[in-house]
Amino acid sequence: MTVAGLPSDGLVAVVKQDCPTCVLVEPVLAELAAAAGLTVVSQDDPGFPASVEKVVDDTDLELSYRLGIETVPTLLQFSAGDEVRRTQGWLRPAWEELAGVDGLGAQLPEHKPGCGSRTLDPGVAEELLVRHGGPALRSRRVEVAELEDEADALFDRGWTDGLPVVAPTEARVLRMLGGTSRAPDEVVAVIPPDLVEATVEKIAVNAVLAGCRPEYLPVVLAAVEAACTDEFCAHGLLATTWDAGPAILVNGPVAKAIGMNSGINVLGQGNRANATIGRALQLVIRNLGGGRPGGVDRATHGNPGKYTFCFAEDEDGSPWEPLSVSRGVAPGTSAVTLFAAEGPRGLADQTSRTPESLAGSLAAGLRSVAHPSMPMAFDATLLVGPEHGRVFGDAGWSRQRLAAELDELMAYDPDEINADALSGQITGRTPKFRQGGLLIAHAGGRAGMFSAVIGGWVGGSKGSQSVTREVRP
Amino acid sequence: MTTRTVLDPTGEHTPAGKAALPRKDSLAGVTVGLLDISKARGDVFLDRLAELLSDRGIAVRRYAKPTFARPAPVDLRYEISTTCDVVIEALAD
Repeated sequence: MTVAGLPSDGLVAVVKQDCPTCVLVEPVLAELAAAAGLTVVSQDDPGFPASVEKVVDDTDLELSYRLGIETVPTLLQFSAGDEVRRTQGWLRPAWEELAGVDGLGAQLPEHKPGCGSRTLDPGVAEELLVRHGGPALRSRRVEVAELEDEADALFDRGWTDGLPVVAPTEARVLRMLGGTSRAPDEVVAVIPPDLVEATVEKIAVNAVLAGCRPEYLPVVLAAVEAACTDEFCAHGLLATTWDAGPAILVNGPVAKAIGMNSGINVLGQGNRANATIGRALQLVIRNLGGGRPGGVDRATHGNPGKYTFCFAEDEDGSPWEPLSVSRGVAPGTSAVTLFAAEGPRGLADQTSRTPESLAGSLAAGLRSVAHPSMPMAFDATLLVGPEHGRVFGDAGWSRQRLAAELDELMAYDPDEINADALSGQITGRTPKFRQGGLLIAHAGGRAGMFSAVIGGWVGGSKGSQSVTREVRP
Repeated sequence: MTTRTVLDPTGEHTPAGKAALPRKDSLAGVTVGLLDISKARGDVFLDRLAELLSDRGIAVRRYAKPTFARPAPVDLRYEISTTCDVVIEALAD
């Protein structure tokens, strides 16, 4: 296919005056233009090179963008409209071979690297993407007036969680969409409470708002998918007066690839991927689903995790297989696990040296979920810190073994139970959690004999069940 | 400074403008639905309301959601909307 504005056969050089290498090779450009019909394309100054009679003006960078120029000078050879070869920077043998001319630039050094193409300048690349590339975006365009402060304008439209957001410009959304191979118009999920179909594009818009980088998008998409399953019941979790919200645990290679935190301060601030992926899910529910505090969200207290609650499991330091593998995902496959989560509460046990003793401490902490005297109420997640995990690992306790031991330790005798709904019905020992109602994961800094109890919400088919989904590119 | 364009992150559902029906002046001749959302002791409250309404000769129909944690099933919502003029829902416990 012939590139508009260029000959279908012959040599093309893309240059800019602001590049010392391009200036250096000017005599070569002049020689090739005269002898071999070279077409010179200038990115910044159509008067450069002065020694070449006819220079193609590419100050709007369209040609450079379409040719995918990354470095100037780039010398390209075309045949029948197709690019055959290209070389970047100045390298005499490469230019000679490509041009089929010997003895080029005899006064020049053998080699000099080129400079960055203007198409890759910050800001410029985004503009070019909007102007020339990328799929057509279908979202409604909203104008932010000249005198509006951008942060205030986005807040005033109700699009934020209270913290400032990144303006979802077309360029940023297109760049975000570059993070997935899924089509922008693919429907990922139906978002409660308004039951709005969420396309990849709409989720990308919210990921931009949240501050995500494009490479986080596949994780956000998987999280949205998982949250909007019937099992997870995001509607109920949003609507309940209870304080829990959705939390995202990430397993597999994607966690490291995008730089997620699974170590020190794992549930705290400071990591962009952790912070913005969880926030993106919340913004999708807010903006697309229409789920807002005081509207369908009726939480009595809420919790800080409703801004964002996302982290990676520490797989390298774990005594156990990744949580996703325990839940049926193939090893080495990235996955998200969504679970209902209140604020985490630390559990300190610095004296136990046996798994039995430590499990006793953890069981006592877990019993406080929902109410210390109430069994079979809410689900929970136990986040075992590395120094606690080591005790179980050294003793050879698997995740399943720990879960079974905790189950036994947490179980209630009838006289310990104080729950209206169960009074009179209980005769034997009653488990604290329903079958599958306790998730056990491993994360945190290497120092501190602590674990964290994260209470959940009503579990099972009457509430929210944790859901695991693979992360697709 | 120029005008900036951003993409709408919402579902773009302009408010459908669904206004609530006007409040009834009287319960005479209407059918009242009593919806139990399955919260503890909601039935106690609704039982008493049913008594009081029936004593006044008002038709009462009883409904219950399977669980308070989830929205009412579509069929249940449809049935209530087509058979009742007024609904009283027992929300809290």
